[in-house]
Amino acid sequence: MVKDLLYYLVFPGFLFTAIVGGFFSWIDRKVTAWLQFRKGPPLLQPFYDFFKLLLVKETILPAKGSKMTFLLAPVLGLAGATVSGMMILLPAFGLKPGFSGDIIVIFYMLTIPSLTYIIGALAAGNPLASVGASREMKLVISYELTFLLVVAAIIMKAGNAIGIGDILAVQAETGPFAGSISGILLFIALIFCIQAKLGMVPFDAPEAETEINHGSFIEYSGSAYSLIRLTKYMMLFILPAFMCTVLLGGIRIDGIHLAWSVLKILGILLLIILIRNTNPRVRIDQAMRFFFIWMNLLVIAATILSHFNL
Amino acid sequence: MFHFGGASCNNCDIEILDCLTPRYDIERFGMMLVGTIRHADVLLVNGSINQKDKIRLLELYHQAPKPILVVAIGACGCTGGIFAEGNTFAGPVDKIIPVDAYIPGCPPKPEAIISGIVKLINKS
Repeated sequence: MVKDLLYYLVFPGFLFTAIVGGFFSWIDRKVTAWLQFRKGPPLLQPFYDFFKLLLVKETILPAKGSKMTFLLAPVLGLAGATVSGMMILLPAFGLKPGFSGDIIVIFYMLTIPSLTYIIGALAAGNPLASVGASREMKLVISYELTFLLVVAAIIMKAGNAIGIGDILAVQAETGPFAGSISGILLFIALIFCIQAKLGMVPFDAPEAETEINHGSFIEYSGSAYSLIRLTKYMMLFILPAFMCTVLLGGIRIDGIHLAWSVLKILGILLLIILIRNTNPRVRIDQAMRFFFIWMNLLVIAATILSHFNL
Repeated sequence: MFHFGGASCNNCDIEILDCLTPRYDIERFGMMLVGTIRHADVLLVNGSINQKDKIRLLELYHQAPKPILVVAIGACGCTGGIFAEGNTFAGPVDKIIPVDAYIPGCPPKPEAIISGIVKLINKS
């Protein structure tokens, strides 16, 4: 019982993902700065930001909105991120085998943060926030189908195994899934899904700073906003870790394998940052078309290829 | 930080934007331009504040989560500059809201803006 609680709160649950996610957010800002020939923020900047928002700043409640929902949404989002992170990382680190079918639960849990952003934005009662929420909704509708198809294709590649642990076992036998043609196609589709889930640049229409002033998060301030920031940090670590687990053969924390796992996750992060910095923001209808037509076709092609063991 | 431009001649605005460019890069100190006052810690005010700006500036100041630091940039923001005796002029920024730092100049150089903001960081 105590051990479970420790898993949930310290390692690899809440505290670990939060700290690593904070550093990942720093890497994101630093690499972005390098790409623009700037110097970038100091190492602890994400943590300064978080603790400043949590402890110092005032939290302003919307006068004409649902205050309770407005405040509960970030808490639920954080809970969703923590649970999904733990369910991915426990089997991935080999600490505890997952249960059968946990990849489907993870799929739902990973949706919860985006869902709470929508609910919180609609509770704020700000017109720009509702524009952001409606865009976020459209984005969720468009990338979730692709994400689900990717998960289905991965399950198929693993011989109908529906647990993270079983998928890892299959990959340990036959090599990482990304080593095949269908695996590479799945990798491409999944990285765009992750980009959209993180709300990063080609798909950041829901929080477009320059047109709708942070959209969904416009009314958040103080500690409520700090929780949203924390959720974003955690997702920045959890989603690459998920990708590494299902396509690149997992994460291992023993001996030299640790360095290799860290390199794999950092490589995915770097790819995400590069996509973010070399692309313009697409309109929401363009994003929907991109996922509904092109990404879905790609994943269906990958599924057919994986049927023939390619 | 959040940038409020009053009835400015756009000269200070350009110098503020210079601070965000690779050459001056104020993200070195962890500062970023944000789109909404709810996420801001610093409110930059430049330009002369006239009667209509005054209402907006007060509204914005009340919307900001406290504690917030206010920086008046440029001669117009600090004292009123050449508009000080104008008909529509509603007083320099510190007559309307409390100001934490003044960065004078017409316009102030980016180095001066950075120096003022770093002093503010060390103070708080």
